[in-house]
Amino acid sequence: MLEIAGRKFRSRLFTGTGKFSSSEVMRQALEASNSEMVTVALRRVDLNDPGDDIMQVLDREKFFFLPNTSGARDAQEAIRLAKLAKASGGGNWLKLEVTPDPRTLLPDPIETLKATEELVRDGFVVLPYMNADPILALRLQDVGAAAVMPLGAPIGTNKGLLTRDQVEIIISQAKVPVVVDAGLGAPSHAALAMEMGADAVLVNTAIAVAGDPVAMAIAFAKAVEAGREAYKAGLGTQGSEASASSPETGLGFLR
Amino acid sequence: MIDIKFAEKDTKIMSQEPLIIPSFQELQNIMDSCCSEDVEAALHADHVGIKGLAALLSPLAHDYLGQMATRSQEITLRRFGRTVQLYAPVYLSNFCTNRCAYCGFSAENKIDRRILTLEEVEQEVDILYKRGFNHILLVSGEAPKKLGVDYLEKVALLMRGKFAAVSIEVQPLSTEDYSRLFRAGITAVAVYQETYERGIYDQVHLAGQKCDYDFRLETPARCAEAGMREVGIGALLGLADWRLEGLALGIHLAWLRKQYWRTALTVSFPRLRPAAGGFAPLLNVSERDLTQMVFALRIFDQDVGLLMSTREEARYRDGMLGLGPTRLSAGSCTAPGGYANADSGGEQFSVGDERSLVEVCAAIRKIGLDPVRKDWDCEFQVGKS
Repeated sequence: MLEIAGRKFRSRLFTGTGKFSSSEVMRQALEASNSEMVTVALRRVDLNDPGDDIMQVLDREKFFFLPNTSGARDAQEAIRLAKLAKASGGGNWLKLEVTPDPRTLLPDPIETLKATEELVRDGFVVLPYMNADPILALRLQDVGAAAVMPLGAPIGTNKGLLTRDQVEIIISQAKVPVVVDAGLGAPSHAALAMEMGADAVLVNTAIAVAGDPVAMAIAFAKAVEAGREAYKAGLGTQGSEASASSPETGLGFLR
Repeated sequence: MIDIKFAEKDTKIMSQEPLIIPSFQELQNIMDSCCSEDVEAALHADHVGIKGLAALLSPLAHDYLGQMATRSQEITLRRFGRTVQLYAPVYLSNFCTNRCAYCGFSAENKIDRRILTLEEVEQEVDILYKRGFNHILLVSGEAPKKLGVDYLEKVALLMRGKFAAVSIEVQPLSTEDYSRLFRAGITAVAVYQETYERGIYDQVHLAGQKCDYDFRLETPARCAEAGMREVGIGALLGLADWRLEGLALGIHLAWLRKQYWRTALTVSFPRLRPAAGGFAPLLNVSERDLTQMVFALRIFDQDVGLLMSTREEARYRDGMLGLGPTRLSAGSCTAPGGYANADSGGEQFSVGDERSLVEVCAAIRKIGLDPVRKDWDCEFQVGKS
């Protein structure tokens, strides 16, 4: 079972709450996904207000809320957002997003590292959204990130795992769980990430904007499970030639 | 016993645990569970796990040595290019407070004992400098009172500015001492576990600090903590089953990689050589065995530096060039003061390759590789605050 900062998750599909046509569709889709971790934009919700759209429709017993700092443009803003959320009862878990460029919403590596360091020091469980940079992943891990969340492609693009090679390195090096976040546009993308050994994936846009979000949520749930199963089963390697035992040419020096 | 699948698939989880080297029985169980499909899979995989390493070290891989050579060569060429690094050891002292059954320096052996004065060290390293060496490995027996960190620091400072990289292979030290030596210009540390099998470890380490298996096992981690650029590990071949030794070494290596991503790692493959005391290897390790082990480790860890010492004969060392090893010692003398005075007695072991640096360089060039004698400068490094 996936474990992050001592909390266990049966489902390795994390979901988001944005971009749905209605909170009712969102509820149905997220429930169908079996997801247990749902990220919510702090700027959108009032965690304390039971009358809040998102808070009202989602069962807090079923879903663990992971507040995110979407909209923060630098470390300072992200830290302020986090502290305000915590002060109003938002808990100490945080998906850290620092995105200074409103066009691409790509994460700022320097500000993300700074904010992670400070928030961890303040007792937050920080899951930073990051570009798929293996050294940054290690640096974030070193300052105490509870997981790293490298992007597959720029958020909302549905382009899939464009960062495959980099994510592969991150998975092979990281001690903390690796959650592939952003850009996964089809269940096959999610399955690929899981087959490679990602610990989880986060999908929002692809479910929210699908023709049938509920059916798509189910498809993603299946893909994530299939990918995980395949990873555990051990994929066969791709070989270009049948392997016959080759002669020991070049080893004639051995005695 | 450790869950094989778990170890294979999820080194990530394994590494969050403290370093645990499984018992040789557990390692044997992993190896016994391998089939030839595992060997073939490991030969074609981009990432080889513990199970794959076990397969490559197992008797099953015997028939695949040719393919292992090809794969190992391919990886080595891609990662390290057409180069081989060279270094020379300088023996500082053969005083030793340990009694180790296999070692010529062992406390009870009646050999000429000496510790080089700083002037003598200077003479030795000057000779190596003139011969064209830039990477030096300082070696000594373990006698912390005679040869402590103060002495080592003085030697390091003496060599600073003249040599590109100076490594040490001395008694295990504390993290603080390692960082002090790093600041003085030491770039790397070699510390071999000798054997990962606890029973045999206890059997051959009869007295001295070295009897403490765990303190020694944790030493590479302390070096990395202290900021050393590189740490070398290894096992002395001829004590325990080399296949399981190789597997334990791989587990140690993978653990260090996960914990200390900033530290470069190397592995040595010293086979027991004739030495004072006349210790006979407990097990025979053939050239073919050694070769399989080198290829297996290379395929398991594509980035690890592999050292081939002058314990091996010239024929073998030349044959292995380009196939896996990335660094060779050359023109080595294993007695303190042996470069300045060829008659110096009290060597640690007799070397198998007597050729000079010039001759070794010529052999390297002959097969189209570049002998690299400078690959760093300790002037670049500043201590970890």
